Amino acid sequence: MRVRRIKAMVVKEVLQVWRDPRSLIIALLLPFTQMFLFGYGINLDLKHLPICTFDREGSQFSQDLLKRFQASLYFAIAENVKTYPQLAAAIDRGDCQAGIVIPPDFSERLNDTGSTSVQAILDGTDDNTANIALGYAATVVTGYSNDVRISALARQGRALQQVLPLAVQSRVWFNEDLESRNFIVPGLVAVILALVGAQLTALTISREWERGTMELLVSTPVTSTEVMVGKLIPYLVLGWLDAAFCLIVAALWFDVPFRGTFATLFLTTTLFLIVVLGIGYLFSVLIHSQIGASQIALVATLLPAMLLSGYVFPIDQMPAFIQKVTYLIYARYYVTIIKAIFLKGAGIADLLAPILFLAIYALAVVALAARAFRKRLA
Amino acid sequence: MTAPVAADAQVDAQVVVENLVKRFGDFVAVDHASFRIGHGEIMGFLGPNGAGKSTIIRILCGLLRPSAGRVSVAGIDVARDPELVRQRIGYMSQKFSLYRDLTVEENLRFFGGIYRVPRGELAERMRFAIDMAGLGGREKTLVGTLAGGWQQRLALGCAVLHRPPILFLDEPTSGVEPKSRRRFWDLIHALAADGVTVLVSTHYMDEAEYCHRAALINQGRIIATGSPDALKHTALGGELLLIECEALGPALAALRQQAPGVIDASVFGNAIHVLVRDADRGIDELPAYLERRALPPIRIERINPSLEDVFVQLIAADAAKRRQAA
Ligand SMILES: Nc1ncnc2c1ncn2[C@@H]1O[C@H](COP(=O)(O)OP(=O)(O)OP(=O)(O)O)[C@@H](O)[C@H]1O
Ligand SMILES: [Mg+2]
Repeated sequence: MRVRRIKAMVVKEVLQVWRDPRSLIIALLLPFTQMFLFGYGINLDLKHLPICTFDREGSQFSQDLLKRFQASLYFAIAENVKTYPQLAAAIDRGDCQAGIVIPPDFSERLNDTGSTSVQAILDGTDDNTANIALGYAATVVTGYSNDVRISALARQGRALQQVLPLAVQSRVWFNEDLESRNFIVPGLVAVILALVGAQLTALTISREWERGTMELLVSTPVTSTEVMVGKLIPYLVLGWLDAAFCLIVAALWFDVPFRGTFATLFLTTTLFLIVVLGIGYLFSVLIHSQIGASQIALVATLLPAMLLSGYVFPIDQMPAFIQKVTYLIYARYYVTIIKAIFLKGAGIADLLAPILFLAIYALAVVALAARAFRKRLA
Repeated sequence: MTAPVAADAQVDAQVVVENLVKRFGDFVAVDHASFRIGHGEIMGFLGPNGAGKSTIIRILCGLLRPSAGRVSVAGIDVARDPELVRQRIGYMSQKFSLYRDLTVEENLRFFGGIYRVPRGELAERMRFAIDMAGLGGREKTLVGTLAGGWQQRLALGCAVLHRPPILFLDEPTSGVEPKSRRRFWDLIHALAADGVTVLVSTHYMDEAEYCHRAALINQGRIIATGSPDALKHTALGGELLLIECEALGPALAALRQQAPGVIDASVFGNAIHVLVRDADRGIDELPAYLERRALPPIRIERINPSLEDVFVQLIAADAAKRRQAA
């Protein structure tokens, strides 16, 4: 490898990208639009979900519980109904998306047995919303029941400190305010980098084939490794810029808490960029047309990154077979890593396994790409 | 039938090709080609479309793997060490292959870097290439916006930037206007005078005259090699007469039958070019032969064959030979 030749390749590539509107749009405009489009567009949070309440008891306890629903950010009480048919009608009309029914023996059972139940009636047409609403409702109820139990025990004269360790507390870790955006936006950075990185390099070799410049390039003493390195460096730098942009937007605009270190972020992002740039390069080598290479790269990077990386759709809820498939999806590792860096403040030591997988992927892709582009033609 | 190779080329051959074969699947694009090019020599490749000119040149540049045969450039076996060969050659491909979205200067700088032209020399070499191409004042122009002749001269400039001892130029003058073509050949001659060995292919028959030696290629085979003079005088295997006649068709048919001393005849414009064993005897005997068939010639004279005559004749003979063999 000769530095001089690599430098010549880098300069040439930078000039070409600079003068190629298509590359510039991909490198500069795409991350910007995607970040805001998806950052705002995908919001799985339920805030102020309209609910109806049906208090069949009307006691102090039942009203206390309903106040907690009202106070919670997740719900807003739209209506208090008196009968089941009224409740069903309200849900059908869309006035509310869930009903909370408090049974007539609510406080009685609470006092007698210390356990009681509340009925939640959900609009099952939106499965996802229903599930999330149910989860939130459970949180509210658990919180309430714990308080009740603690005060009951306190009344029995036991010291609070002794009791607390026994209390079953459901607490959401790492994303305390249950902002789904906090989960999604870091993963979104991964999706955007996968998309942009592979698109940029998908054009680079196919452009030389398409414009006939490959013929001359191959006749020069430049080696295939020098071509690859010289062509990847400018895009790695562009990738870093895009990554920095997306990460800054994530942290400052979308207020995703950033608890990790920049060193970890830099190392893992670089590994991920090498993988996606290498994949784009590989397709560029194999497919001699710019359109073809960029389309295949799009399918090969965007789809798995969107669907199988765990960026929106949790991997542990996928069918077992698909779960196994996700181990092949490099984006999965980066999504795991970047969420952990952002939300948990994970360091390199905590992320050894996914980092190792990414590193193996990076090596394999670069080795494949280097092999695929050989100078001798036929 | 390979014409004898000029003696000087044997001594100091920069390019040696022996029994080169290139197949694409079942198709034989180059069929046992052999030739040598001497130091500082300009060798021309002529032949119709699809003859195999580009294929041979691309093999010499190490862009294609030969199916069989031996190819050495600057004393290096191309199959064994193509990278070493690439240091020593300059190549102009048939399809323009500089970067159109880069300026004149940026292209030169790029190739200067790729060939690792010493930094101290680069400015001077770039100046040389720009002057040679006549592109002074257009250093910052995007190459894609230059006219064809300029583009081709710049491509030559890029190819010689690193002072390669051997140049492969594949149809460098195609699509270039005649005046620019003339100028291009002057450049090639200046380079050859400096000791550069040049292999140049062309479609224009008249350009063969500018070469020290020319090889005529047809359907993958080299059917004649020699200096333009030698080709004109020996490759035909006879001498040429021009005959004008009222009825060209019947006269041609008659000459191709058992006319005395006639090897072949073909129509050229509004006359017939007749290849005969001996021009003087032909001028004596042919008028009487034609008159006996009521086809009196208006004019009959000896002509110096042009290279085009030679090539047309040789390609026709080659085609006939193949038909017989088949
Ligand atoms: N990569 C290839 N695969 C298959 N056939 C090929 C390939 N390259 C060239 N050929 C065929 O080999 C033959 C010789 O082609 P070549 O380009 O060498 O001809 P040429 O003499 O340069 O013609 P032209 O004057 O049109 O440039 C042609 O019939 C061409 O179709
Ligand atoms: Mg050709």
